[in-house]
Amino acid sequence: MSAGFPYLTVLILLPAAGALALAIIGLDKRFSKEFGDVLAIGVSLATLGVAIGAVVAMKVNVGGFQLTSNHIYTGQALGVRWNLGLDGISVFLVLLSAVLFPLVLVLGRHKTNARAYAAWLLLLEAAVIGSFVSLDLIVFFLFFELTLVPSYFIIAGWGHERRAYAAIKFFLYTFLGSAFLLVGILALAFIHESQTHVLTFSLPALMHTHLSDSTEILLFLAFTSAFAIKAPLFPFHTWSPDAYTEAPTEGSVILSSLLAKLGTYGIIRFDLSLFPHATRTLAPLMLTLAVIGILYGAIVACAQRDLKRLVTYSSLAQVGFIALGTFALSSQGLSGAVLLMVNHGLIVGALFILIGFIYERRGTWQVGELRGLQKVAPVMAAVFTVVMMASIGVPGLNGFVSEFLVLSGTFITHRWWAVVAVVGVIIAAIYLLWAYQQVFHGEPRAEDEKTKDLVWLERLVMAPLIILIVFLGVYPKPVLDRINPSVNQLVAHVEKATGHYQPSVATKGTAGLGGQP
Amino acid sequence: MLHAAYLMPLFPLVGFVVLVAIGRRVGDPVAGWIGTIAVAGSFVVALLTLIALSHQPEAHRVFLHNYFTWFHVGGLTVPIGLQVDQLSIVMCMFITGVSALINLYSIGYMKGDRDYSKFFIYLNLFVFSMLVLVLANNLLLTFVGWEGVGVCSYWLVSFWFHRETAASAGKKAFIYNRIGDAGFLLAIFLIFEKTGTLQYQGGPGGGIFGQLHHLGGGTATAAVLLLLFAATGKSAQIPLFNWLPDAMEGPTPVSALIHAATMVTAGVYLLCRMNHLLALSHTGTEVIAIIGGVTAFVAATIACAQQDIKKVLAFSTVSQIGYMVLAVGSGAYIAAIFLMVAHAFFKGLLFLAAGSVIHGLDDEQDLKRMGALRRTMKWTSVTFTIGWLAIAGIPPLAGFWAKGDVLDNVYAHYKVLWALGLLTAVLTAYYMSRLQILAFGGDERWKEIGPHGEPALHTPHESPWVMRLPLVILAVAAFFAGILNLPWAHRYSFDAWLAPVFSGSLYRDHIHNGGLWALAITDAVAAIIGVVLAVTLWRGTVTDKARLEPRFLQRVWYWDDFYDAIIGRPSQKLASFMAWVVDVRVIDGAVNGAARLVRSTGTATRKLQTGYVRNYALGIAFGMAAIIAFMISRTWWS
Repeated sequence: MSAGFPYLTVLILLPAAGALALAIIGLDKRFSKEFGDVLAIGVSLATLGVAIGAVVAMKVNVGGFQLTSNHIYTGQALGVRWNLGLDGISVFLVLLSAVLFPLVLVLGRHKTNARAYAAWLLLLEAAVIGSFVSLDLIVFFLFFELTLVPSYFIIAGWGHERRAYAAIKFFLYTFLGSAFLLVGILALAFIHESQTHVLTFSLPALMHTHLSDSTEILLFLAFTSAFAIKAPLFPFHTWSPDAYTEAPTEGSVILSSLLAKLGTYGIIRFDLSLFPHATRTLAPLMLTLAVIGILYGAIVACAQRDLKRLVTYSSLAQVGFIALGTFALSSQGLSGAVLLMVNHGLIVGALFILIGFIYERRGTWQVGELRGLQKVAPVMAAVFTVVMMASIGVPGLNGFVSEFLVLSGTFITHRWWAVVAVVGVIIAAIYLLWAYQQVFHGEPRAEDEKTKDLVWLERLVMAPLIILIVFLGVYPKPVLDRINPSVNQLVAHVEKATGHYQPSVATKGTAGLGGQP
Repeated sequence: MLHAAYLMPLFPLVGFVVLVAIGRRVGDPVAGWIGTIAVAGSFVVALLTLIALSHQPEAHRVFLHNYFTWFHVGGLTVPIGLQVDQLSIVMCMFITGVSALINLYSIGYMKGDRDYSKFFIYLNLFVFSMLVLVLANNLLLTFVGWEGVGVCSYWLVSFWFHRETAASAGKKAFIYNRIGDAGFLLAIFLIFEKTGTLQYQGGPGGGIFGQLHHLGGGTATAAVLLLLFAATGKSAQIPLFNWLPDAMEGPTPVSALIHAATMVTAGVYLLCRMNHLLALSHTGTEVIAIIGGVTAFVAATIACAQQDIKKVLAFSTVSQIGYMVLAVGSGAYIAAIFLMVAHAFFKGLLFLAAGSVIHGLDDEQDLKRMGALRRTMKWTSVTFTIGWLAIAGIPPLAGFWAKGDVLDNVYAHYKVLWALGLLTAVLTAYYMSRLQILAFGGDERWKEIGPHGEPALHTPHESPWVMRLPLVILAVAAFFAGILNLPWAHRYSFDAWLAPVFSGSLYRDHIHNGGLWALAITDAVAAIIGVVLAVTLWRGTVTDKARLEPRFLQRVWYWDDFYDAIIGRPSQKLASFMAWVVDVRVIDGAVNGAARLVRSTGTATRKLQTGYVRNYALGIAFGMAAIIAFMISRTWWS
């Protein structure tokens, strides 16, 4: 039992309670629609406040889990524990979730049946945050699965034309992965029980399970298939173009910014901790898939004529970069991957929101039907430009630092994968600039002339994202200083378990740039 | 004063922020003045810093300072820090000086533009990025400036974005630069891997230059070639040169500043900065020299056949930068910098004067529709003439000395490249004289109906003083810049001033005095031959001379068509194939096929239809909720 304010439990319960409250008042006609809006946004803002409090309460330069809650509740027999904790790898994902949900709740408040919509979103927030802070594998699995439900209803209930197909495909595909994950979790726990006679699902305890090489690889594959589908990693991505495109704007934002990160987070948190040997053995395979994903996503994005699909495939490439940094197994690569999860969340979220703005005005996201918008909507164009440049990886904006760390970290340990991946950086510029030119440049036609610029509320929604994109580009140090200790600890764990150490250059330090001349 | 060096980039940054905040409100011309003052302030700081630096003893003319840490991961710490030394301050002087003049000029040139204030926003951000590029004390921060100028270039080339050609040209510039940047990134990774640092010099271990012994010969060559590749993108050299002519779609002050005087020389600067690395690879420097020499020649031939006044100047820029790269490849770094500075003056001048012509002729850029402008545009024509003579290499103007310095060094190193360089010098004098004759001599063709039935143009008018003043200042500079590095060395000549930066890696030719005289006379004769050739061929009233403008040259040696055929079109096909065949039919087809297989094999699973999945999902929701509620209740109980 840890003393102090139970930040993490509150972070889960607050939005969940909000969702419940919205469901209840939804049954009662006396409550106005505005009351529902205020309640939902208020709850999400309160959650953001608690999340900020948690970040402030965390100690810097500590690698392990902090703000932990650890309660037995099923008795020793079942061994499941309400075990929560936050470290440098998860903290900014939690914060990102807490930042994004108020924004999408503001955007989604005019939907038909808005209260149900907000309730599903809040439930999703609880599940997402729960997944990021769970240290018990069963609790993690429950939250991981729970994210499916609101996502399904958001796509199927408020999506676009082919929403039914997209929702089912999304649901079944990810559910299939989860089945492997559950089997993997149970198998691991039983193996651990046979060795120690203690049944537990606690991550720190299971890290000490002795596994034969083949068992470890099988378990790695079971876990990874669930995460690779969720992320999605090439070639498990084909649910995502349908789901991201058919989902309403808010759904696309959450799916791509946060739910996708559950996959990459799962790989970092569970695969690397629990199966270091298998991670090491299969790293070349995973790196190859990552590089293929980077190039494949970028090339396919070049052929898209639909803004949402284009961003979806660019997202596939970005997730490839996250996987690349992860399986590079160097401190720089892994820190870059963790930072990229946050940065990509901000960028892709902002892109989907902007595309949503265009859709609201024009009822289309076909590139061919839009033209010259920079002339009639200069503010929208400026905001889009900043986000686009961040996505391309222009220094001074957030995308660059993480991309640089991932690539340089990979170069040190797996040079040729990094060399090929750099090509993806070039292609990212091609499709984004092409899309921008088609939509914003040129002379607007009659129907384009009527496109309104962003109104103040829309600017207010974009403002925090733009501020974070610039801030994390100019001064990522406070964030990296919190990420690094946990990453170093994890890399050290993998190195110690496998006996393979990253080349000394990355940790030499003395020859680094630190000293004053 | 050295400690205040950070003010140099800070001024334009503040200008940028102020203009973003209030630029649109204050509008024309106040926004322009804010931008100009910011850059002029930066010039004053540069001047004071130069004076302070020159008062230091020679061994202490390097000022290194880290302001804060950008990020720190593993063994990699990247500071935001400056390196003020003899090389970077020379760069800063001409960058801020020329930028201030071009900002001033733009106040007049951009008058009445609907995005007037935005132009100066970009210009200030550009100057800031350029100063970061040259003042950075580590490779990654240089890369930040490098990317920053690239982005500003994209925005400024596609400034008139409603024109399809401008939008495409901006995109092309960005992508070509990006291809080069990939080389830069890989060079950074490689250098960091081998030396464990990114700082050029100073600090523990002496920075990159102190750790170079960790590089084997092969690694050094690889790093040099990667940096060269980066330079070919930014500095428009073969194989990545063909974005620069398209970039002429940008407003003319942009062409003058970014695509002639400053940004495109960044590649040369980078190679000079890394001179100690270059010295480790003989193969690398040879490739650099060949790329430079060949680019100089190829671009010069193309410039002979262009119709558009700005295109001639653009290819001329490519050609002149080729000379600089050739000098770098010959180990003649100081000659490269000397030509870079002289070029900034005379090419900046030529572009601004061309802008004045375009401005006075209702935006006409076709040389064949100009003529006899000497009568109506006195200031422009006199200043342009000085620029023409300077670039042509007529003594005693700046170009003669600077180009001569390059060619002398090349002569001592690579005889074949020297011959090519000399031939290029003839071509340079030829195409510039052709331009001069077509624009300012001959008949007043602008009075006539155009070849495609365009109406006659209005009588050209001279430009306002804000545009004429920069012309005059640059003309004076272009005339006298040779003083900066006359062969009779003085205390502050470039040779004396810059030598410590290059120390061991600097090549010094050992041509005796008589040889130098012979080479100088050869250069002057080459220039005069070019001028005489042009006068003979282009004098008179006929301007349609197809034999002198072969299609092969007009179409840029079919370079764009070649890239389109081997890269452009095949990759478009590849993208479509991947998107619509591989992704939709193969990968997604397999997924949907598997789903269909499952559905058809079991009757029970037929329930996987819309309504059933819905129930299923609800089932999970309630199940999960119950479990979690149970867990939480137990938590509070225990």
